[in-house]
Amino acid sequence: MSDEVIESVALHPTSHATGHVHRDDEASKMGMWLFLFTELLLFGGMFLLYAGYRFLYPDGFKAAALEMNSFIGAVNTIILLTSSLSIALSIAALQKEQKKLSIALLVFTLFCGLAFLVNKYFEWSHEIHNGIYPKGPALENMSEGEILYFGLYYTMTGLHGLHVIVGMIFIGVVLAFVVKNKISSTNYTRLENAGLYWHLVDIIWIFLFPLFYLIH
Amino acid sequence: MSNNTSSETHHMSYGTYIMVWLGLVALTAITVSVAGLNFGSITLTVALLIATAKTFLVMNYFMHVKFEHTVFKIFIAVCIITFIIMITLTFFDLSFR
Repeated sequence: MSDEVIESVALHPTSHATGHVHRDDEASKMGMWLFLFTELLLFGGMFLLYAGYRFLYPDGFKAAALEMNSFIGAVNTIILLTSSLSIALSIAALQKEQKKLSIALLVFTLFCGLAFLVNKYFEWSHEIHNGIYPKGPALENMSEGEILYFGLYYTMTGLHGLHVIVGMIFIGVVLAFVVKNKISSTNYTRLENAGLYWHLVDIIWIFLFPLFYLIH
Repeated sequence: MSNNTSSETHHMSYGTYIMVWLGLVALTAITVSVAGLNFGSITLTVALLIATAKTFLVMNYFMHVKFEHTVFKIFIAVCIITFIIMITLTFFDLSFR
């Protein structure tokens, strides 16, 4: 029986029994998940508002969505899905001690995040140029439903964009840790947590895309 | 599905991740084309079902939920059920006004 104990200590370097390592990877990940739930409920509230108003103003939402360029939306969806792949691969690469590949994949993930934001910038500029902003010439002539649609559109994609920026900062910090070997093949929970956050941002976009771009 | 060396982590191969990504891209293509077909009222249902399928893939494989301890799965289930209850109750109110 004592053999089993020794073995379990050897198998779990995170255990306090080893004395010099005070780390709990499971708890760290669980903390991240709890944070993600608060994020889900934050966006959840907005999705609820969206659902309620879309139910009340189906025609207004349909008319407003015609303004959207679903091609850019689809491209941005692919960009985010690809960045989710690259950060997942980056973790796998680090686990296999392929540090250079891991770093390259993280840089690629950041590049995808930037590409997403650049697309978003052009989209918003186009809409603002067309007079769709508070007190803007186009918005003044719109129906209630259309105005609500654009209010929700700017708020939800804006908050999502903010999350993309925060995710990129998170990944940037984690990238620096990987370069300095502070995150390694035996200690990569922070990288995993950055990945979890990034995937959540991806999931939110998975729902935003059909709800704002593909209404018919 | 073997538990590897240093921690209890399940290591996935590059190939699996790429397959999941291909699935996600395919589902995106399906959502866009279905929306173009104009099925009327079921378009929204189809779009939401596909988005849910994509979320399932991202959570299980990219976020590793499939290989986590049961306690993570319970947490996630509680959170999602809470959200579904919120939506259902709101629509009870909206539909019967």
